[in-house]
Amino acid sequence: MKLLTILMEKPWLTPDYDVNQVNSVQNDQSKIGKTALLFFLMVVTILFLLITVTFLTRSQYYDFQALAGQPWLPFTQPKQLWLNTASLIVASLTLQLAVMYSKKMKVDVSLIFVSFATVFSCLFIIGQLLVWQKLTNTGYFIDSNPANSYFYLYTGLHGLHLFGGIFALVRVLAVFFRRTDPKRFSKNLSLCAVYWHYLLLVWILLFLLLTATEDTYKTIALICGF
Amino acid sequence: MDHIAIADQDDESHHPNSFFSKYIWSQDHKVIAIQYSITAIAVGLVALVLSGLMRLQLGFPDQFSFIDPSNYLQFVTMHGMIMVIYLLTALLLGGFGNYLIPLMVGTRDMVFPYLNMLSYWTYLLAVIVLMMSFFVSGGPTGGGWTLYPPQTILPGTPGSDLGIIFMLISLAIFIVAFTMGGLNYVTTILQARAKGMTLMRMPLSIWGIFIATILGLFAFPALLVSAIMMMFDKLLATSFFMPAIYSLGENLQHTGGSPILFQHLFWFFGHPEVYIVALPAFGMVSDVISIHARKNIFGYRMMVWAIVAIGGLSFVVWAHHMYVSGMNPYFGFFFATTTLIIAVPTAIKVYNWLLTLWRGNIHLTIPMLFAIGFIFTFTHGGLTGLFLGNVVVDLPLSDTFFVVAHFHMVMGVSPIMVLFAAIYHWFPLLTGRFLNNKLGKIHFWGTFLGTYAIYLPMHYLGFLGVPRRYFALGDTDFIPASAQTLNASISVSAIIVGMIQLIFIINLIWSVFKGKKSGPNPWHANSLEWHTPQCPPIHGNWGEKLPEVHRWAYDYSVPGVKDDFIPQNLSQQQVVLLDENDISGNSGEKNS
Repeated sequence: MKLLTILMEKPWLTPDYDVNQVNSVQNDQSKIGKTALLFFLMVVTILFLLITVTFLTRSQYYDFQALAGQPWLPFTQPKQLWLNTASLIVASLTLQLAVMYSKKMKVDVSLIFVSFATVFSCLFIIGQLLVWQKLTNTGYFIDSNPANSYFYLYTGLHGLHLFGGIFALVRVLAVFFRRTDPKRFSKNLSLCAVYWHYLLLVWILLFLLLTATEDTYKTIALICGF
Repeated sequence: MDHIAIADQDDESHHPNSFFSKYIWSQDHKVIAIQYSITAIAVGLVALVLSGLMRLQLGFPDQFSFIDPSNYLQFVTMHGMIMVIYLLTALLLGGFGNYLIPLMVGTRDMVFPYLNMLSYWTYLLAVIVLMMSFFVSGGPTGGGWTLYPPQTILPGTPGSDLGIIFMLISLAIFIVAFTMGGLNYVTTILQARAKGMTLMRMPLSIWGIFIATILGLFAFPALLVSAIMMMFDKLLATSFFMPAIYSLGENLQHTGGSPILFQHLFWFFGHPEVYIVALPAFGMVSDVISIHARKNIFGYRMMVWAIVAIGGLSFVVWAHHMYVSGMNPYFGFFFATTTLIIAVPTAIKVYNWLLTLWRGNIHLTIPMLFAIGFIFTFTHGGLTGLFLGNVVVDLPLSDTFFVVAHFHMVMGVSPIMVLFAAIYHWFPLLTGRFLNNKLGKIHFWGTFLGTYAIYLPMHYLGFLGVPRRYFALGDTDFIPASAQTLNASISVSAIIVGMIQLIFIINLIWSVFKGKKSGPNPWHANSLEWHTPQCPPIHGNWGEKLPEVHRWAYDYSVPGVKDDFIPQNLSQQQVVLLDENDISGNSGEKNS
């Protein structure tokens, strides 16, 4: 509705009302960060969504073999993936705790939680690499089946995004140590936390998708009309 | 809350303090805009030369031994990709977007100046990688600008070894650069406007750039995804797009991939890309027409709504590029319908430009000439789009020169006409000098008439059935020999038009140093960029105090006001009204 109100304004009829009354933006640093992050997350969402559309289409082709379902398939009991998921959940939670403490100006405690979040995020990435190693050791190479190809593609892209997040987090720390501005630190950290929660959500959806059975793919494809 | 501009906040200081940080590693949006523009124009000239080489072969087959079928296809491919992505997108958004957004919305810089700088250097890297593909073994890719698999990555297609890899890497880098820039443009427009600058008071140039940037942010991921997946197919032997296939007698290990999937992804990017180029052009031409006709833009709100509607609809028309790929007829019907629907807001814009000109005080300046030229070329290209949007008409015309003529008119010539209009219009803001008028007129008439000499007959060639992308026609029963004469004429025109662009380049360089001085606000425009304390604006744009906005940007020829323009930053109390003597004097003149 707000958008409609904005678009219905008749600018030629409104000269010279008090500029302070006019809806104007305030160069608020936290709003700027939030807006930029919102658009970035939309871009990343579209990226994963488009791959998923191709995945669901491709899953209906004759040469596609799901990675879960039968007992001998690698993700019928994906223990390592569960462990990795747990790591990412812990990373996300600890980062949220870091934000909470930074808002209370307890920067020392906050920094400890940031360290935890970084370590668990790294553990997640290492865990994913271990899954890759296990897959290749058991003959599930990137080119041996489209389902494998998508697994490597999805997890690679997701890992790259998390890696970028860690880079941003390190930069937030560097800025804090340079300027020691706890308010700004808190605002930046909360943006990082949103990004982490988002990546956790993406991973959970990917986990569900990549460990589903052929019947599930068929059902989804049927519902979506692929 | 105090209104503190981003660049004024003490922790965001990025004032340049050396030659290097001022002109090379600069975070000033104006310098970055010029860097973007120079790089885009330079790479565009490469693409222009490639088109000249193509036309030499088509007009005078077998006369030039250095053009063989392979490098002809490479010229076609690189010309298309460079023009669409590396010239038009980069120049309109990276160049004009960067220059105009902070100045027109009344802020000191982009909200993330460092990211903005990084965006340019990443773009430059993308251009360098693309240019490197000319020098690798096998040369650049020759698979057509659409890069359709399987042929693009299979042996037999020029550049299928390294050329295509360089192309895909370059595209991925470009998309990263665009995303960095795009996030900046959108956030700056939404969060850093001057006091009083509501969204509906923004000039249409900014609306066009704003919506085009959102389209880019949402559409480029499709190209990125297709580039990554094709790279996997090429380098890691996956089968995302590659079907089970024999190549040169050898059974490749690909299994059951779908080339059609690539086409869907590509055009999900490709069609919005048309509007990524068109919308900024629509916006800028609206401003040029209004300023040089001394009249408020007709139907401002409708113009904004049309830009938004076109932006939304551009995501649901992509498959009209794929009618010949064998789609379900209902699917074709849907996309033909959406294609016709998108013509409605587009037509509204054309009518509004005409109605702005209607009874306006039209100044036939060079920017105005180019803007009027644009209305012709765009209407022409848009109307042929209605032909091609219909499945039954598209099928026989698909992959003929009719298509080439259509898209060159609508997204080649038209945006370039606006780019020229914009360069002639805003050049005094950049340099404090005008471009030379006589050279500008030669440039306009040569370009305008020349492009018609190229593309009108090309439509006819398409009707005859002359296919696009063919190195030579050979003996073809259904194409008369006279078609070759027409082809030669087109080539001569193309080469003349190409040479005329040199006049523009000379004018550009000469005028930077020797052009007639313009002084501030030479066109008597209202929008904020012309009302900086210094012209050309310096770093930080606004001196000590940011502007306050009191009105929209189109108060031209307002009755009872002394000047025929009221700048956006002028309050009602500051507006000088005509006194009674002026009014009676004017009426006396009229009566006599």
